[in-house]
Parts: sequence; structure tokens; C-alpha cells
Amino acid sequence: MRKIVLRGRKVVGGCAEGEALVTTDRISGWGGIDPRTGTVIETRHQLKGVSFAGKVLVFPGAKGSSGWSSQFHIARLAGMAPVAMVFNEMTTKIALGAVVAHAPSVTDFDRDPLQVIATGDWVKVDGDNGVVEVTKKE
Amino acid sequence: MKLTADEQAMLDGKEGKAKQKAMDLLVRYGEALGAERLVDTKNVCGTVGASTPFLREYGQKRGGMDAVFSEFNLDSAEVVEIPKVAVFSSHLQHGIDPEHAQRQGIPVEVVKLHRRGEAYAAGLGINLLNTCAPYTVGNVTTRGEHCAWMESSAVIYINSVLGARTNAEGRESAGSAMLTGKIPYWGYHIEQNRFGTHHIELDIDVESTADWGLLGYYIGEAVQDRVPVVTGIRNLPNLPRLKHFGAAAASSGGIEMYHMVGITPEAPSLEAAFGLKPGKRRPQETIRYGKAERRKAYEAANVTATSRNVDFIMLGCPHYTIEQIWEVCKLLEGRKLNPNTEMWIFTPRQTAHLAAQNGYTKIIAEAGAHLMSDTCSAMGRLIPKGARVAAADSVKQAHYLPAIMGIECWFGTTEDCVNAAVSGCWNGGLE
Repeated sequence: MRKIVLRGRKVVGGCAEGEALVTTDRISGWGGIDPRTGTVIETRHQLKGVSFAGKVLVFPGAKGSSGWSSQFHIARLAGMAPVAMVFNEMTTKIALGAVVAHAPSVTDFDRDPLQVIATGDWVKVDGDNGVVEVTKKE
Repeated sequence: MKLTADEQAMLDGKEGKAKQKAMDLLVRYGEALGAERLVDTKNVCGTVGASTPFLREYGQKRGGMDAVFSEFNLDSAEVVEIPKVAVFSSHLQHGIDPEHAQRQGIPVEVVKLHRRGEAYAAGLGINLLNTCAPYTVGNVTTRGEHCAWMESSAVIYINSVLGARTNAEGRESAGSAMLTGKIPYWGYHIEQNRFGTHHIELDIDVESTADWGLLGYYIGEAVQDRVPVVTGIRNLPNLPRLKHFGAAAASSGGIEMYHMVGITPEAPSLEAAFGLKPGKRRPQETIRYGKAERRKAYEAANVTATSRNVDFIMLGCPHYTIEQIWEVCKLLEGRKLNPNTEMWIFTPRQTAHLAAQNGYTKIIAEAGAHLMSDTCSAMGRLIPKGARVAAADSVKQAHYLPAIMGIECWFGTTEDCVNAAVSGCWNGGLE
């Protein structure tokens, strides 16, 4: 089992692990996801119809409405939020969304997580230390 | 993060439990951003309502509106008593229009709950502007004013057109700012972050409001969350055009700030817009916008539409100005809607009062259409019963409504939309 370690900056502390769900599309919160199922609903999105519930969501960043955080907030209360978030682009939407999703999150990496992590890989996110450990799915 | 003495006192609970929770959220949020400090704000726009099904149920289960504010505005599972707001605060759009609830398919109990929620917000001292476009009804910010606003289309407008300083806040940060008058000093609060990053040169005339929407949609997709600088503008855009431009740019991308050289306040020149010292050249390549790009944006805006039998026309995204209502009335007067179509026009509550006074509401009603306020179709998941194919003159609405409601949506000019409402058939298209 090949392991890769990425180092970045803490966004939200805590540790969580799970299967990676990776997209190179930015994600809209309000109007982009259904928080009651954790499913992406945006018309022209790579993950349309796919749920991130219980996954480690690996994506470039957030876009769209300022309802981003409240949608991920509802997803957490509905038990449908990602368990952790790994992303590249810092915005107010994603910072607040990660905080209220209570999802350990890391950004500002030494290597691009979108290049290293593939959907199905097992990913451990240590938010406090900004460390992400990837076990490649063989 | 470095806190001032008054911020630390709030965090320590010396100003009460609610402010402590608010400051705790702001500190966690500020640290997530990588902000070094907070900044004072005296102008907050957010939402505290609970008329959507999930929040409604949450409020009922957890014991009312303070529970909803605690969880959804302060990220506090513990229910704390919410005091009056500390700074000037405005409410954005809601999930329903209580005056048109029956037509919107809203049960009576929900209207009652909504009215209680409104009374709660008013009791906290939050001004019930109930619109996504507060800058059209009296909340006009000053250049340089630090704000904490939600609503991406309003954020991009006040940053770019009025020169205010705000990031796109969320429900929790706006709620916390209402109670504390603080928000993280990050992003567009800081001058260097407001300079342009991409140059957009127009090769064609951009004239109608729909045209400005298409331009915004194209630029949003092209630059995502960066700061475009637009040159080559031959027709000065007015408020509705800039409103539609910004709303579209914030939908396809995450643009919160733009410059139009010679038009917007922080762009007296190309150099100023890019924050360049005299003699220095800007580094970025130029993105050109011509006929092909306009066509591409148009096709993206119409990607969900196939059937030409339109049964629902949605106007007023962002909420129509009084000028736009006047324009629709010119197109509608003396005509009747097709019996198979409905047309809903959304505007702020104050503008609806003015429309009634001017006789516009009567013209709209006589044609068989409806002037509504406080909400919109995408926001409230509100469409006429059985509607399958919509049409809108807003790229933003055409972007979101199909995804949210699972229907088709055409995008075109206001005139295309009114004609479709009358004929029941979509005949729009790019010339």
C-alpha cells in the first residue's frame, strides 16, 4: 500500500479519516448541493448526483452564493456533511463552511492534493497539525 | 489572532453568553481564513429567518427562534438568549412572500411561523428590508465603509460599484457581526486585495440588461474568484445592468469585486485598477469578449432548455428596481398572458409599495401576472404547481433554478420573456 503525506495549514482542527471524493470543479453551496442528502446538484458539475456524505472531500474551493456555509451547516446537522475537507483556494465561503461543518480541514499544501489524491483513496486528515496522509487505492 | 481589549472581553463572556458565542465563532472563522485581526463594522446584512423546512423543524424541536439563531447564526448547539443587535443590521430575502403565500403554495401554518420569525427579527432591531438588493432600497454604502454582507450579488455590487469593503459573509458570520460589530479583517477589507488580476477587453457593444448578464456569466467562468478589470465599454451601464452583470459573475464564478475603467470608483485608470506604479506594466494576458464569447455564455445559460412550450416566467433576480418594473409594464400594458403561463415578478417590499402607487401593480395584474416581494423562485423553491419549463431574464436564475427545482429554464431578454408569457412559446435567441 503506497502512502503519501501532504503538509499544509490548519483551517479547522481535529482528526478524521475516510474515502476520498475528488473533483477539479469548484463547489457551490446554496443551489449547488442538496444538504439533506449531501448530493451535488449543479447542472454542469463533475459530481452531479454524487454524495459527499461521510467522505473526505478534496476540491479546488468554493464558488457561488454566500449561502455556502449554511448549506454545509445543514448537511452536518442532517448527518450528510463530509468528514473532512482538503482544498486549495481560501475564501470566506469555504473557511466559514468548514468551521460550521465541524470538519477537520487543511489548505496551503506543499503539493497539489488534486494531483496526488484520487477518488477512492483512503485519506487521514490531521487538522491540528495540517497533515494529510493518503493511502493509494491499488 | 490578535484581539483588542473589547473583543477579548466579549470572548471572555463579560458581555453575556450570546456575544461570547458570537466572538468564539468569529475567532474560529478568522483563524480558518488566516486573518490577523478583526475590524469594526456598522453595517451588516444577513438572514435569521426559519421558514425553510429544515430550519422550521429545528426551531420547533429545539424551542423557538433563539435556538435557531444560536445554531444557525452563531454555530452554538447550546441555546443562548439573543440580545438586540449592536450595529445597523438589515435582513436579506426570505423563503416566502407572506402576501402571496397561497399562490406560492405555502401552507397557512408556515405563514404564521414566518410572521413570528419576522416579528422576532424586528424585535432584535434587524431592519426587514427583505431583499437580495438592499442597495436599491436605502442601504447605500459609503466608499471605504467596512461592511459584513451576505448575498453574493449584493456583495459584488457594493464592493465594485459603491467602493464599500466586504467579503461574502455567511449566515453565521453575519449573525455574529450583528451582535458584536466585528468581522475578520481579511480579503476585500484590505486595499491590496482589491486590485485587478485579469484584464477583460470588450470587442462588441454590450447594451441590454440581458447582455450585461451574459458578459458577467462569461467573466465569472473565466476568472472564477479573482478580480477582473473591464475596458472597452461603449455603453455606460446603469444600476439594473450592473446588478445583473454582478449577479451572473458571482454565479458562474465567485467574483466579489471588479473594476470598470472610468466607471467604477476604484478604477479611474487601468493602472489604478491594477494598483500599478507609473511606468509599470500589468502582467496578465488580456481576455477578449466578442461575438463568439457572447454566444458561448448564451449557450451555457440555456443549457437546460429544450421544450419551447413555456409555462412559467420568472422576473426579478436580483430583485427588480422600480425602473425595471416600469419597463415590464411598457411591454405588458394592454396584453394578456397565455392561459397556460404564469408570470411572477419579484421586487423589494418598498419597491412594491411604490409600484402600487404608480399603477404598475394594476397593469401587471390586468395582464394576468403577479408582483411579489421578499423572496424569489430559487430562494424559496417557489414555482407554480406543475411548472416544467421556465424562462427568465436573469442568468443567475437560469443558472440556479433548474438545479434546484429540476425544471428547464430559458434565458433571454426581458422582452423575450414577456413575449413568451403572452404566447406561451419561447421565441428568444441571439441575433
